Amino acid sequence: MKTSAATPPPALFAAPRISLRCWPVVQRNLLVWRKLALPSLLGNIAEPLIILVAFGYGLGALVGRVNDLPYILFLASGSICMSTMYAASFEAMYSAFSRMQIQKTWESILNAPIALDDIVFAEMLWAGIKSLITATAIAGVLVVLGISRTPMLLLALPVLFLVGLTFAAIALVFNALAKGYDFFTYYFTLVLTPMTFLSGVYFPIEQMPMWLQQVAAVLPLSAAVELVRPLVIGLWPVRWAQPLAVLLAYAGLGYWIALALTRRRFFR
Amino acid sequence: MPGGVGGVRSSLIGPYPDWAGTLLRTMTEPLFRVDGLVKHYNGQRVVDELSLTIAPGECLGVIGPNGAGKTTTLRMCLGLVTPDAGTISIFGLPIPAAAREAKKRIGVVTQFDSLDPDFNCAENLRVFGSYFGLPRATIAERVPRLLEFAALQSKAAAKPGELSGGMKRRLSLARALINDPDLLLLDEPTTGLDPQARHLMWERLKALLQQGKAILLTTHFMDEAERLCDRLVVIDCGRKIAEGTPRGLIAEHLEPDVVEVYGEGAAACATAHAELAQRVESSGETVFFYLRDAHRLLAAIADRRDIRTLHRPANLEDLFLKLAGRQIRDDA
Repeated sequence: MKTSAATPPPALFAAPRISLRCWPVVQRNLLVWRKLALPSLLGNIAEPLIILVAFGYGLGALVGRVNDLPYILFLASGSICMSTMYAASFEAMYSAFSRMQIQKTWESILNAPIALDDIVFAEMLWAGIKSLITATAIAGVLVVLGISRTPMLLLALPVLFLVGLTFAAIALVFNALAKGYDFFTYYFTLVLTPMTFLSGVYFPIEQMPMWLQQVAAVLPLSAAVELVRPLVIGLWPVRWAQPLAVLLAYAGLGYWIALALTRRRFFR
Repeated sequence: MPGGVGGVRSSLIGPYPDWAGTLLRTMTEPLFRVDGLVKHYNGQRVVDELSLTIAPGECLGVIGPNGAGKTTTLRMCLGLVTPDAGTISIFGLPIPAAAREAKKRIGVVTQFDSLDPDFNCAENLRVFGSYFGLPRATIAERVPRLLEFAALQSKAAAKPGELSGGMKRRLSLARALINDPDLLLLDEPTTGLDPQARHLMWERLKALLQQGKAILLTTHFMDEAERLCDRLVVIDCGRKIAEGTPRGLIAEHLEPDVVEVYGEGAAACATAHAELAQRVESSGETVFFYLRDAHRLLAAIADRRDIRTLHRPANLEDLFLKLAGRQIRDDA
């Protein structure tokens, strides 16, 4: 896009100014979700459940134990992260895009005393909350099926909330760039799907060549698995500082970049 | 005249608190002031040195063809587009710096409805009220009143998808009133509505003016501008080309009478009788005679069988077409 010489450079990367005004926007999304909560929740649990049953029991019978764990427990502790990732990504892409582009909800909110900084933050927060609802439902399934009954499962939930926020922030970057829904397919097939195979969800990272392990070390999903897996098993994570830093970095930078790109999209 | 007032204050009253100056300034300054606004898109000037003011309780109409810069100007006033030059002050607050503060007292109806499709009418108002941080009790008290104002009491539980175009626009207006604003920014509020719906909308807007609300209205309907606006600004290509009261503008720029002539003989009629009118324009098959006195022309063409005529007073549409030209724009 060509801009004239008189145009001052817009402060796209100006520091975010987040206020409590973001909360009504979160509440708005929560209100809509409440109307469709049951079917939405069933959809959220159905897929992880199918994966658990098919791979966990089916493949698990062939594989036996992995890393000294029953395969179904190994898989469940990884796939709860994966489902959280997908839930947050879906919400912050397809649903957020509907609100931003199709329904013009963001535009009408901007006519109220709420800044774009608040709206983008609210979308991230909401996608995190929604993915936490999914994660909680899956944790419930793990308890009911007897796959994991450790009280430390409760500690996994706040970590999974952070995982949701992280993937929401990244998704919002792509949301800000999207021209239509088709764009998100690339992100899902070219970024998220490969990431699940590189992040120790289905098999241990140690199975991969060294250079791929080094790639995996900086992926947000492998950081999530490294923190959450021990907690689902009932152990304290051995290494927590680095994976936590990875998640926080993706969340923080993701939000900032998403905000800058959304500012460009809205204010030109 | 803040300077003169300041001088009197300092000499007679002596030291005074800061807020007194602010109060005096806001009492004497217009509610809304835009000065020398400029905006470029892709190297093209879409808003060009535009200045506007609105006094409390006043309705200012901004009229201009599509692409004249009306919507861009409104978006700059809301802090949604950053101007390349010029200043905006609403309630004495600088925009965009204090846009969030100013928007607490502004109501906006955008050109295209942005109602929340997931909520019914009452919920749309309630949720929008929450964006202003209004207490629940205040919202609960205002929602039924606003539904009544919008003639939508029976539709409280209906979703926007079930409403007619006119109902949607009225719900948009009701939504813009949830914060009891002092200034309303309305971007083509009746575009696309049928005559009944437009009249109902006008009635509501007049009621709001009677309540003392100030309105900035953009439109390209001249009858709308004439009915509602105290003052008009005509803009074209982002530039102000005329300003005044609706009647004053017509008197200033146009002859009082218009005779429109249609039919096969219209073109011949134009050449034969041009000297009887102050100005003659033709558009397609129609010839417009602008005159101070129509009697001589009407008598001269009374016997012609190949034309039909319409004699009427000059209106804003004539003004607009004179100022902005009759040719169709590429971007119209």
